[in-house]
Amino acid sequence: MTGKKVKFRFAFLTLIFLSLVLIVFLIIKSLEENVIYFKSPSEIKNLSELPKKKIRVGGMVKKSSVEINLDKINFIITDFKNEIKVSYSGPVPNLFTEEKGAVAEGFLKDREFFQATKILAKHDENYMPPEVKEALEK
Amino acid sequence: MINFVDINKFTFRAQKYVLFLFVIVLSIGLVEALILSPEDYKQSDSVRIMYVHVPSAWTSLGIFFSIAILSLGNIIFKNKYYGLVAKSLAPSGLIFNIIALVTGSIWGKPTWGTWWAWDARITSMLILCIFYILYILTWRIFENRQNVNKITAILSILGLINLPIIKFSVDWWSTLHQPASISLAKSSIHSSMLLPLLIMTAAFVLFSVLIFLMKYNIELIKIKNKGLDRL
Repeated sequence: MTGKKVKFRFAFLTLIFLSLVLIVFLIIKSLEENVIYFKSPSEIKNLSELPKKKIRVGGMVKKSSVEINLDKINFIITDFKNEIKVSYSGPVPNLFTEEKGAVAEGFLKDREFFQATKILAKHDENYMPPEVKEALEK
Repeated sequence: MINFVDINKFTFRAQKYVLFLFVIVLSIGLVEALILSPEDYKQSDSVRIMYVHVPSAWTSLGIFFSIAILSLGNIIFKNKYYGLVAKSLAPSGLIFNIIALVTGSIWGKPTWGTWWAWDARITSMLILCIFYILYILTWRIFENRQNVNKITAILSILGLINLPIIKFSVDWWSTLHQPASISLAKSSIHSSMLLPLLIMTAAFVLFSVLIFLMKYNIELIKIKNKGLDRL
């Protein structure tokens, strides 16, 4: 008898759990727009209309695209398919460099130009001592 | 069925051995992490925060997973000792969850340029923290109720859904948090940095076991003091 009860409780819990997973999946799916932290330049290009509120654009900082004059900094964020020009004035994080990930927060002026109010540097998943890095580059 | 109170001598004796082992492993881990391991090529010394951040995140996830599985067993087999073990696991899980959030914030400022970001990984980790707090509070609030076991078990099973979201958030969505460096197949952390990371993980797991034993033994003493020989 107890075996039957255990089986019943197990089936009942599995059913409840699976329906909860489905509910959470649907909620997250419908909120996807808010779950992603930044848009890529390609996604910006495919937008049907320009958003008025603050958004974030992320990708790689294009090689030799960073120009600094006085406190203004201009650079290009690329995802290797599309790119977007970013203009910003203020301090950037220490790890902000060319050919590394960065996220810009601010306003989209048009599909090619982004006025940033904040810059964040993205860190990748690679960790190694400087000697190893030098050896890899050789 | 095993009578858990009868074998309690084991959990009382184990406590000091675990403490001894923890002190040794932690001191080796700290020497490795703070002195012997190299700087990172990009973030220099702030990489050392990782040796606390990553093991504590792993430990808190592992503990919540254990709590949820024990709660499933609690409901299915109607054995209250599963609930008692789960209850005793919770405090160290919460501590490591908070440590992971705080160290992540301290690392984020010099690396990303911000203390906090509402990205999927960080937010889901905060939700786990709320689940831990709710779980511990529920045990306190319904302490003397018959159905306390059921309420807490259901709460932790609800939280179980959050765990794959935490793990895969960095792959499913674009997040500020970097994707996983270590999988079973390969590691993108250099071996000289991986070693202290693994030793620190062992130390944190031992610490959780220690706190668990202390809490569990107290629960057993409480049961004895009520004049019962089993739950």
